[in-house]
Amino acid sequence: MSALDLFSLAALTVGAGFFVAGTVGLLRFPDLHTRLHALTKADNLGLGFVVLGVMPHLGGLLPALKVVGVWVLAMLAAGTAAQLVARAALPRRPPPEEG
Amino acid sequence: MTSGVGSVAGLAFDLALGGLLLATALAAVAGRNLFGGVVAFVVYGLLASLAWVRLGAIDVALAEAAIGAGLTGVLLVGAVARLARIGAVEPAPTAPVGKALAALGAVGVAGAIALAVLALPEGRPGLGPEVARNLEASGVENPVTAVLIVFRGYDTLIESIVLLAALVGVWAASLERDWGGLPGLRQHARPGGVMATFARLVPSIGIVVGIYVVHAGAYAPGGAFQGGTILAAVYLLAAMAGLVEPPAVSRLPVRLALALGPAVFLGLGVVGALGGTFLAFPEAVAGTLVLVVETALTVSIAATLALLVLGPPARPSPGGAP
Repeated sequence: MSALDLFSLAALTVGAGFFVAGTVGLLRFPDLHTRLHALTKADNLGLGFVVLGVMPHLGGLLPALKVVGVWVLAMLAAGTAAQLVARAALPRRPPPEEG
Repeated sequence: MTSGVGSVAGLAFDLALGGLLLATALAAVAGRNLFGGVVAFVVYGLLASLAWVRLGAIDVALAEAAIGAGLTGVLLVGAVARLARIGAVEPAPTAPVGKALAALGAVGVAGAIALAVLALPEGRPGLGPEVARNLEASGVENPVTAVLIVFRGYDTLIESIVLLAALVGVWAASLERDWGGLPGLRQHARPGGVMATFARLVPSIGIVVGIYVVHAGAYAPGGAFQGGTILAAVYLLAAMAGLVEPPAVSRLPVRLALALGPAVFLGLGVVGALGGTFLAFPEAVAGTLVLVVETALTVSIAATLALLVLGPPARPSPGGAP
């Protein structure tokens, strides 16, 4: 096993750890906003480590940059969706806020 | 891919994927409320597209993710929201006898399909070699696109017309006084809010990706349906963020965009018929004609899907009479 493989193994393990932590938070936290926090923050970090782990094995700079692009887009989408869900879950006030 | 389909890791992954597919399918049909069922359906669609990737059918995976999970999911979420808005209550649970009959029917259909698949003679390659032999005549390098536009153009032509008919059906559900007006309800989004920022940021990427997927269809997985769906999603994002106002459904450019794909495809088909065979492309210009048909189809598919999601006309257009 080369040093690069060891690096990937470590990164993927850490990534999977963050996903597990996010899932535990989703299942165990008491209300929507804390659950959302666990899910989006931990999973985005986990995905980042998974991307870091697979990058050396894609055979080139361009494919590696592509998965980084996937990570950035996923973060952007998850962050936006989390904000929208959190706002929609706020208690309604007159006049009603955007959903 | 380091873990091929034969390896232990690959087998474990496929088994887990199959189990998850069954579980989400069950949750989609047997869930206790409609919204939960829709969420399970979307997850099911994404898992199904992963399964297609495992089978090496990237074209199908793209279509499943974009249309099966994405667009159909949005349509279903919209339908659930609409039901809630008009105060519809969820129907009482079906009686056990009805459930048992439905389950029996579903198992029967699944069993018949499984039998049909298992009854296929082993080692027969199907129509793959036939397509590969004639690929050069189609003018494109991606065998899936060759089948969709050239070898089995009929199916794709009729699909594009079915899509148009579905939109006509949705529009027919509008009230008399709203006919010809703006589709859907007014979107509420804070100017400068998260949604508006996201909808300003993403289209620049989404439009490039959408056009790339259509163009790539000539030599790699992609094509009009997948690319058109991405473009429709980009437009819907901007519309839902209140950045663009959808056009009145009676406007001529809207009608032209909707009819362009089927009309061009049908027109070229008729030209082919004059030369001998309906929908046959002359070999020398087949590649160009495929690109023309794909481009026209993309415009129509994007417009039709976006308007399908926006819904029937429900507001008068600001200019008064359309």
